[in-house]
Amino acid sequence: MARVVLKLGDDISTDIIYPGRYMATVLPSETPQYAFADLPEFNSELRSGQIPSGSVIVAGKNFGCGSSREQAASCLKGYDLIVVAKNFARIFMQNAINLGLRLVVCPEIEAEEGDELEILPDKIINKNSGKEFKVEPLPKARQAIIDAGGLIAYTRQRLLARAASRKKA
Amino acid sequence: MAMTMVEKILARATGQKTARAGDVVEPKVSLAMSHENAALVINQFLEIYKDTGLKPKVWDPDKIAIILDHRVPAESAKTATNQKKIREFVAAQKIKKFHDIRGDEGGICHQILPENGYVLPGTVVVGTDSHTTTHGALGAFSFGIGATEMASVWALGRVLNVEVPKTIKVVAKGKFGRYVLPKDFILYLIGRISAEGANFKVLEYHGPAIQKMPTSGRLTVANMSVEAGATSGIFPPDEETLRYLKEEAKIKGPIDIFGPDPEAEYDQVIEINVSELEPMVACPHTVDNVKPVSQIGRVKVDQIVIGSCTNGRLDDLAIAARILKGKKIARGTRMLVFPASFRIYQQALQLGYLADLVKAGAVVMNPGCGCCLGVHEGALGDGEVALSTTNRNFKGRMGNPRAEVYLCSPAVAAASALTGYISDPRKGGK
Repeated sequence: MARVVLKLGDDISTDIIYPGRYMATVLPSETPQYAFADLPEFNSELRSGQIPSGSVIVAGKNFGCGSSREQAASCLKGYDLIVVAKNFARIFMQNAINLGLRLVVCPEIEAEEGDELEILPDKIINKNSGKEFKVEPLPKARQAIIDAGGLIAYTRQRLLARAASRKKA
Repeated sequence: MAMTMVEKILARATGQKTARAGDVVEPKVSLAMSHENAALVINQFLEIYKDTGLKPKVWDPDKIAIILDHRVPAESAKTATNQKKIREFVAAQKIKKFHDIRGDEGGICHQILPENGYVLPGTVVVGTDSHTTTHGALGAFSFGIGATEMASVWALGRVLNVEVPKTIKVVAKGKFGRYVLPKDFILYLIGRISAEGANFKVLEYHGPAIQKMPTSGRLTVANMSVEAGATSGIFPPDEETLRYLKEEAKIKGPIDIFGPDPEAEYDQVIEINVSELEPMVACPHTVDNVKPVSQIGRVKVDQIVIGSCTNGRLDDLAIAARILKGKKIARGTRMLVFPASFRIYQQALQLGYLADLVKAGAVVMNPGCGCCLGVHEGALGDGEVALSTTNRNFKGRMGNPRAEVYLCSPAVAAASALTGYISDPRKGGK
């Protein structure tokens, strides 16, 4: 079971998730402190450890639009949050998959802060309202990266395979 | 099989006869661009090689470009240290397409790439910047990726697991009116299809109004295609593309160009008669909140910004200089100008544009991303309003979530500088 800790609207940009003024901070180990820095209450709940890992952010359409900054995905991954949105902007979605941040595409989702959600591969059940919502699969092109545990691991596998085949030849 | 521009490019880059929307491919990359976030790319690149016993070595140092532009000169010790790390990596890996903070060759990545001839039609270009869509102006399939994805490209020379995008064909007819510019065209399109209207798709631009559009204007349109969610905005190359590449980018030798097949399958076709467009303004806080300037009402402006990768090219500065020459920027309004590169800066200096702007009261800054993304300089005060020729007006974009940003063309920005209010350039004197 996963609890909704933040509900947001449409077009939540990477400037809201990770404001540009913190972009000089790049390491995934350092970015979480600035997650939603311009929503000071939520930011301080995150930083003080009040939000358990596996908690859910629910958003509308086009979550993560704007900049390609990977900090917007790494800062949320740092707290092991799950983002459920009606849909996601392309680069944010790719960054999230590459870093192993869990995204769920759920075009009809209805949930409020405090609701408990059961997230299954094909649907989400809102335990508070009793309603069920269909989940759309992530782009098939990305499955190999998810299966490998992220793009660093996947690229490493590919590099090693290439090095091995060169040795043979 | 008839193919769109992106299908043809991806077929070539994968060595296959055809590629079709929905196919999963691993295209070879012709150019991989990064800016200051190369610091993170380097970190992730080294992480890939960790415990592999392999020596971290980029796949092809001639196909990597790194341009320092986001925070130049450095605003903090942290940024300066990141930039120093990048220089050390560039030297160690022998990366030649490196543009440091220099008045002879520096500038914003999305101007440096085209003006130096780094981008060729029909190729695959990736960049760790969402506005990498810009280079579709020259007929490339050019798209933004994250830092870890770039680290993977540096290692393998390919982008892994790309789904060939569907394409929306945009056909522009008619003739642009006085002071109606390519920026107004793309703002109108984004307003019409919304900020997610082209998400995961390519915008392919056609029609008589596109054929007449100079490359500088195409760069503006391709740059902002991402604001409709597009993976890339592509202009099939033509005579104008060849002119730009030979005359301005100084490419010698033959350039191979191809267009989409006439029978290609499009997801959607959008027709726009540009004769009917007026100057447009994107209102806070989304880029698709677009209105004609005539419907804006009285909006007082504290800071005007002209420049950036969107509208910092020579013709953009020329139009601003023409409107402001011999006049004064209204008291209570300040104007910052960011040429897109030092080549443009030098040209504008020689042609007298910068003098015209400075005498009118503008502050000419060094080429760079400047205040566009609120990390470096030119921040807004609480409750202040900016009118900017840049590409984004998200809440907090210019460094302050309690400020507002409107987006417009250089003509609207310059006309508004004279009045201190968002103004229609068609109503001013000459």
